[in-house]
Amino acid sequence: MNFDPSTYWEALFSWPFLRGALLTLGLTVAAHMTAILIALPLAVVLNGPPSALRKLITAYVGFFRAVPTLLQLLFVWNALPQIFPIFREEWFTPFLAAWIALSLNESAYQVEINRSALSAVDGGQMAAGQAIGLKRSHIYRYIMLPQALRVALPPTMNEFITLLKLTSLASIISLQELMTVTQINVARTFQFSEYYAVALTWYLVMVYSLMGLQKLVERRFRWSSRTEAAVLAEARRSRGW
Amino acid sequence: MISLKNVNKNYGAFHALKDVSLDIAQGEKVVICGPSGSGKSTLIRCVNHLEPHDSGEIRLDGLEVGAAKDVLKVRRTAGMVFQNFNLFPHLTVLENCILAPKLASGVSDREARKMAEEYLARVHILDQAWKFPIQLSGGQQQRVAIARALCMKPKVMLFDEPTSALDPEMVGEVLDVMGELAAEGMTMICVTHEMAFARKVADRVVFMDAGRIIEVAPPEEFFAAPKSDRARAFLSQISH
Repeated sequence: MNFDPSTYWEALFSWPFLRGALLTLGLTVAAHMTAILIALPLAVVLNGPPSALRKLITAYVGFFRAVPTLLQLLFVWNALPQIFPIFREEWFTPFLAAWIALSLNESAYQVEINRSALSAVDGGQMAAGQAIGLKRSHIYRYIMLPQALRVALPPTMNEFITLLKLTSLASIISLQELMTVTQINVARTFQFSEYYAVALTWYLVMVYSLMGLQKLVERRFRWSSRTEAAVLAEARRSRGW
Repeated sequence: MISLKNVNKNYGAFHALKDVSLDIAQGEKVVICGPSGSGKSTLIRCVNHLEPHDSGEIRLDGLEVGAAKDVLKVRRTAGMVFQNFNLFPHLTVLENCILAPKLASGVSDREARKMAEEYLARVHILDQAWKFPIQLSGGQQQRVAIARALCMKPKVMLFDEPTSALDPEMVGEVLDVMGELAAEGMTMICVTHEMAFARKVADRVVFMDAGRIIEVAPPEEFFAAPKSDRARAFLSQISH
């Protein structure tokens, strides 16, 4: 076997790979957060009564789901500066371009997840919130969203993991993320297995940490199962609610 | 306290309420009955503007129902209890009760808890206050729903088939609580098929069919000698 462990270990904790992994994670978190911030109000509108705005949002979702992610990245990085001179300045970095492109792209998918999660909440919940005299923003904040989150969490985590891996596409606009760093080292040394293993390790670490985080968040939804609700209620009582 | 004048409501081509007029005095208890699809639930949901009516006038404690500026006031004046309880499953019983007082009335956490405990005691379920709704039986959930509505200190209570989703052995505990509420002088509109309850508690029975009020009479009169054929047919069907 031709696998040099010392190359692997050295690269694993080397600054370029650490920086690449952090960039990958940072870009994913930034893009996904932005996507969710865009998607939430749009999903709330889609969950409400028919309006012209709703048609517009449907068109937005359709458009960004239809365009390939790679094309969006290339468009934002190459074509945008051509159209708007303001993007030719120093501040417009590959990271920023990737952030914009991936946020828009991801927001379209996230709208659909959030919309279906909101519509999965029983219709009586909205009516009950209205009947006790709460205003719309309070109904969403305290009644609809906490319940919708339970439905939205698993597909949202799927999206996050997909997005994490999609960031490797940004290597094409010269962002020094994990895969770019890997490719550079492979091209330099032809030690494929060592450097690929480093990239794989970091992707696995990131995804598994995330799955752990998901488990933690899901503990908040124990009210939805009779046996677990009993445990949760008892625990809270003993702490003195 | 409540007045409806020539109220109409359409769902698309379906005319759910046709020129409905009804006046209910403070402290009065009215039971609405009639075959399914007759507009009973629609009527009661128009009173607190869960369903906007299309024409006519509804007034509740001097407020015009439907006026945009008074929507929240209207809903805080009328408490509502639903067929399917509609408790908030992610909140404990106590949290269900204190949510609206804290958010809508600006009551402090301590005060809200104190009030919630008072009302939970009144519906005989204070010992379950720390549980989640899923841990309770249907009858218990419905009593919590009544307490939750009472925590907004409503002047009127609207019951939309409160016992229809319950197992037979749990109907009694909910009707008892409603009877106690009635005895304390609460103004109530109740859509129900519990005719024994109507006989005992109601001041008047309203019979509806196909979106219209067909007959309004005191219960002893309505049950003994219904004036309309449709009411007679309805009563013969539900009293086995």
